[in-house]
Amino acid sequence: MDMTGEHTIAAPREAVWAALNDVEVLKLCIPGCEEIEQTSPTTMEAKVVQKIGPVKAKFSGAIELQNIDAPNSYTIQGEGNGGVAGFAKGGADVSLEETPEGTILRYEAHAQIGGKLARLGSRLIDATAKKLAAKFFDNFQEHLNGPEQPEEG
Amino acid sequence: MANGATGIGARVKRKEDKRFITGKGKYTDDVRMENQAYAAFVRSPHAHANVKSIDKSAALAMEGVVDVLDGHQLTGDGIGNIICGWAVASKDGSPMNMGAWSALATQKVRYVGDAVAVVIADTQALARIAAEAVEVEYEELPAVVKADKALTKSAPEIHDNAPGNLIYNWEIGDAAKADAGLAAAKHITEMEITNNRVSPNPMEPRSAVATYDEAEEHYTLYTTSQNPHVARLVLSAFYNVAPEHKLRVIAPDVGGGFGAKIYIYPEEITCLWASMKTNRSVKWTSDRSEAFITDAHGRDHISTAKMGFDENGKITGFKVDTIANLGAYMSLFSSSVPTYLYATLLSGQYDIQNLHANVRAVYTNTVPVDAYRGAGRPEACYLIERMMETAAREMGMKPAELRARNFVREFPHETPVIMTYDSGDFDANLAQAEEAADVAGFPARQAEAAKRGKLRGLGYSCYIEACGIAPSAAVGGLGAGVGLWESAEVRVNPVGTIEILTGSHSHGQGHETTFAQIVAERFDLPLDNVAIVHGDTDKVQFGMGTYGSRSGAVGMSAIVKAMDKVEAKVRKIAAHQLEASEDDIVIEGGEVKVAGTDKALGWHEIGLAAYTAHNLPPEMEPGLKESAFYDPSNFTFPAGCYICEVEVDPDTGTTEVVQFTASDDFGTIINPMIVEGQVHGGLAQGIGQAMMEQVIYDDDGQLITGSYMDYTMPRAADLPFYSVHHASTVCPGNPLGMKGCGEAGAIGSPPAVINAITDAIGNNNLSMPATPQNVWNALQAVTASQAAE
Repeated sequence: MDMTGEHTIAAPREAVWAALNDVEVLKLCIPGCEEIEQTSPTTMEAKVVQKIGPVKAKFSGAIELQNIDAPNSYTIQGEGNGGVAGFAKGGADVSLEETPEGTILRYEAHAQIGGKLARLGSRLIDATAKKLAAKFFDNFQEHLNGPEQPEEG
Repeated sequence: MANGATGIGARVKRKEDKRFITGKGKYTDDVRMENQAYAAFVRSPHAHANVKSIDKSAALAMEGVVDVLDGHQLTGDGIGNIICGWAVASKDGSPMNMGAWSALATQKVRYVGDAVAVVIADTQALARIAAEAVEVEYEELPAVVKADKALTKSAPEIHDNAPGNLIYNWEIGDAAKADAGLAAAKHITEMEITNNRVSPNPMEPRSAVATYDEAEEHYTLYTTSQNPHVARLVLSAFYNVAPEHKLRVIAPDVGGGFGAKIYIYPEEITCLWASMKTNRSVKWTSDRSEAFITDAHGRDHISTAKMGFDENGKITGFKVDTIANLGAYMSLFSSSVPTYLYATLLSGQYDIQNLHANVRAVYTNTVPVDAYRGAGRPEACYLIERMMETAAREMGMKPAELRARNFVREFPHETPVIMTYDSGDFDANLAQAEEAADVAGFPARQAEAAKRGKLRGLGYSCYIEACGIAPSAAVGGLGAGVGLWESAEVRVNPVGTIEILTGSHSHGQGHETTFAQIVAERFDLPLDNVAIVHGDTDKVQFGMGTYGSRSGAVGMSAIVKAMDKVEAKVRKIAAHQLEASEDDIVIEGGEVKVAGTDKALGWHEIGLAAYTAHNLPPEMEPGLKESAFYDPSNFTFPAGCYICEVEVDPDTGTTEVVQFTASDDFGTIINPMIVEGQVHGGLAQGIGQAMMEQVIYDDDGQLITGSYMDYTMPRAADLPFYSVHHASTVCPGNPLGMKGCGEAGAIGSPPAVINAITDAIGNNNLSMPATPQNVWNALQAVTASQAAE
């Protein structure tokens, strides 16, 4: 499963970059994140509860930041073990571009699921991943900018 | 000794149905043992991975968890690897490459679902929760799922002792003759044909309840088996669970098998061993999700085939190359399915002198593949019958005419692929099917459908298959690890009622009725006086079980042999007591009489005489109980003609089977109602495979059709009212003249369906399952090629 997207965040690039590297911010923004702990400057361990189709699972897994080019881009790589439910893993190349309107965040993400998740939820994974990504960026934007104002119009 | 109401040929309602339809059947999961614990398996979510570590501590700490056991403990206790019981050698003489299969994987997992540990706990829910708490660390390896890809150089190797994932490279027939036949052909039809992978889906999922008696060092296993004696034999001789006299296997009511319940799986072995380890009865019952990743799958062939014809449409040569996907491990009879049960039937109903088939069996990171209703013969039938129909279209001949020009008409007929067809009348079945299907009226129906915007098509399938497996010496010579005879015991009780003990096993076939019918007929007794005992190794001495449509031709023949012995003794007793010659004794109307006199003994008086032994002939042993083993002299060859008519909606690709006609030659029919039921069920499964069912793995080896949301089973509304007929020839090979009817529907129907759809859409290039999407795509290809012209 692959997906791409971009979001404009009304904040300077440095602030966006800092937030993307802040464990507390990530914990608030990752949907279903229960715990996250920095284990080194580039690695974290996390516990995330997710529901994909009929399967609800608690994933415990590791997150690693690679290809770090502050404050322009990094690759975030994660792998979660959901026990009997199976596993999920994936990553995203994230880049930031400064513009007069704010910072454009672009990502190219890919994800893979296995075990019961794949057996029962494979039809739903695309929609679920898109929903989770949207939720993450909503949360992220909200954290940096406050709640988004409805557009006038 | 006619017994019109209940004897051979009577449509007797099934004796067993009262308990089944009132919910009183007793299945394995209904068994409740004292102090019973439950097993839940920890299974790999990866298709191919090294097992780095297993951390059981969290699960073991949970209250109610009895133990958590792994493969190191299992092998440490001497439990043997699971084996394939049929040795198929490669054409260069080398033995097949069988990789090790431990009931619980120790170092490596090879498919999603491969078990690495088992949790034993006080309740099923607790066992499942605790299984989630077992932490397994895996090191993932690349996986391969397609049979042809498994043979490529870049494919990961699944077993160390199977280089290139090749299990065997086997052949049958004469390649040089086949090549020469093709070279001499005026027309050659060439096709690539895949036979889709299906999941068996019996209504009752698999289940096991194992109990270890520490004082007696004795095990009892209740399990969903089609062959409890074979299970006991393998569990004893190969898996070292317990010697046979210390192991009782009971297969009570079993709700469908279709092949999937022949094999002895990791779960049964583990439950037995775990019952000893924990000193608790251990129960495991599969759920649907688990069944999709543990029950052996069926089919999964990729073939290329070339068939040559002379100017008269006579087949001059036939060459087939097949790759068979056997999954991650070799299941019990897996090796025989794409070889001796497949390629030996590639001659079909036709006189083909020059025939050669090459079969490569391969490992992939998928659920093991083994026999599924028809087992090899559906793959052979699908291939030949699609070839014949396509060839006829290419040569501008009527499909029925091309077939008829090649029919075998003299019996016995030896094919170039080791079968000897003993009887049949292929013309009679073709004619009967064509008449019943009103083939003559098809053009009018097609024109009428066209007015409604529908594409109507008609397709044939003239199938032959081999049942009644099989002469023991013959299959032994081909590598089988067992003999395939059957046993029976006929017990006449002192009150005259009869118990038949059989090594066959009924799991939907209605043996309790049909087996009783042949006894009622023979001794002219009420059906209710006869009971069938099966499925318990402590009751029945031995037996080979039920699969391959063998219970009539082989199982009932054993009963006939035992009844012959009983009858001989009855005649002696009656002759002695009635002071008559044995030759003058007749058995009818519940009595044993002296012909032409009023001297008679009631059947019950004979029983009583045998057991009181007050007045038996000199030297005669008391009692009236005889047993027999019957070893068949040949396979039997059910054959027939199926005609399918479909309507395709060209806008959506949706296909409706509007008419399905079957004419079968099953030899002698004991109970037409039950035979029709078998045909109906077989057709449903065949139509299911042809139009709906498909096991799909993604490229990483994840099964993505793991529930009925994604794996489509046929439902009543998807199927037409079948038109079922018979044109029988008596099988000369067994005393009742039976051929077998359990698998024919599933064997013969898929090519009829696809031939009908390809006729409707005008494109021969269509693979099973013919889902609306596949049909629509095939239609678009026609449109595109027409546009290009």
